[in-house]
Amino acid sequence: MSPDSAPTRPITYVWGRVGDWVADVGRVTLLVLETFRNMVRGLRSTRLVIDQMHIIGVQSLMLVLIVSLFVGAVAAVQAAYQFASVVPLKYIGSVILRSVIIELGPVLTSLIVGGRVGAAIAAELGTMRVTEQIDALEAMAINPVRYLVVPRVVASIIMLPILVMIANAVAIFGGYVVSVTTVGVSTHTYVQGLQDFFYMKDLMSGLIKTLFFGAIIGWMGCYHGFRTEGGAEGVGVATTRAVVSACVLVLISDYVLANVLFRFIFAK
Amino acid sequence: MIQLEGVSKRLGTKQVLEDLSLELPTGLTTVILGRSGTGKSVLLKHIIGLMHPDEGRIVVDGEDIASLDENELNRVRRRFGMLFQGAALFDSLTVGENIALPMREHLRLEEAELQRRVAERLSWVGLEGVEDMKPSSLSGGMKKRVGLARAVAIDPAYILYDEPTTGLDPIMSDVINQLIRSIQQRMNVTSVVVTHDLHSAWKVGDRVALLHEGRVQFTGTPAEAETTSDMIVRQFIEGRSEGPVAAV
Repeated sequence: MSPDSAPTRPITYVWGRVGDWVADVGRVTLLVLETFRNMVRGLRSTRLVIDQMHIIGVQSLMLVLIVSLFVGAVAAVQAAYQFASVVPLKYIGSVILRSVIIELGPVLTSLIVGGRVGAAIAAELGTMRVTEQIDALEAMAINPVRYLVVPRVVASIIMLPILVMIANAVAIFGGYVVSVTTVGVSTHTYVQGLQDFFYMKDLMSGLIKTLFFGAIIGWMGCYHGFRTEGGAEGVGVATTRAVVSACVLVLISDYVLANVLFRFIFAK
Repeated sequence: MIQLEGVSKRLGTKQVLEDLSLELPTGLTTVILGRSGTGKSVLLKHIIGLMHPDEGRIVVDGEDIASLDENELNRVRRRFGMLFQGAALFDSLTVGENIALPMREHLRLEEAELQRRVAERLSWVGLEGVEDMKPSSLSGGMKKRVGLARAVAIDPAYILYDEPTTGLDPIMSDVINQLIRSIQQRMNVTSVVVTHDLHSAWKVGDRVALLHEGRVQFTGTPAEAETTSDMIVRQFIEGRSEGPVAAV
């Protein structure tokens, strides 16, 4: 047990953790600024961006399809249970639609993709760090932020909204299947519910949020990958930190963005 | 010409380099010897600007690289090639793409010319026809040779070697030593080899420098190193645990 571990010196430990957190915030800010500084040159390497779009988007598709199908199905079961004798079942399509496109689709997809992609990016860059591949890039006068970070962050920002749109559609389909087969709602009623309460601002708010979530996932994976120290253990630690920080920041930013979007931008 | 003037570097609580001064003559191969943990690799990373000194100057062709901004530093780095200890090949790229990467980044070459140069560099290290292989399918010796082909991809003026023979069998070590010599003669480059492999040092080195406790203990030719009366150098060369340098 280290001298500053929590049970022996709690105040020193907490103070140290706060210091680490502040330093992390500063370093992430510098990485974000460095990414923007290298954005134009980084985007010239279109092949790198397209490769990352395939890895981040296409390779996440099956996972997103499975999860979103069951999200919609569970949403239908829950709605039917909570509506019981209180709300007419004709609204089940509306409730599933709005809950999926505003919140469930963007947030759950981002958490799932954040786990998969954040871990993959951190593990890849962490391994590159400990095997001196990132040093080799610098030694060859190639900026690692331009070569590694820009394509991953841009690909995350582009692919996450696309995945969320697909997830929304699949979740609504999942809700439809359960509503028609087990709840007893007709196809016409379900579709009518979707049409009656579809607002473009709901869809837009969800998609706008995913732009930020995509950036968070990309940056967290890259940041923790770049900061990897040691060998295999260090890669494991970086991977865990990338996933945890991406998921926590997605949820925190979801709250902030929900307030901004629904209180100000889409208030009317 | 590379000159290190009064370079000091502390990592955590350890003073790795302390007021170190060393001149690396143009066109020669200088071998930097020393025990594990004496800062040889740290010194190499200072020369190419991957680490920056706490104090002192690192002068490359008249420019103090510690004072350069990123663009200027990258301009200097283009004069360098570096072979890393584990070769540091990019796993996601093929052998050919690894060697082509610095050319794509820094030279404006037609694709056919670029591929011709990749094949030529591979032939220099005795690895024709492996362009499409992935680094993961190469042996340790092959990785080092591909790393060397990548290091010379854009005709550097300086080549840095970090433990080029570590982890290789004696025969492959000799192959690497011969490649270091042949590339030095073919390209007339200035080379810096960090190693604790004495056989390799005598084979490739025109000059030898011994690092001890963050400073340069000795510089001279291999012949001078073998006949010096410096007890620290003698202990290192003779590989004795008894002597002025504590073994543990």
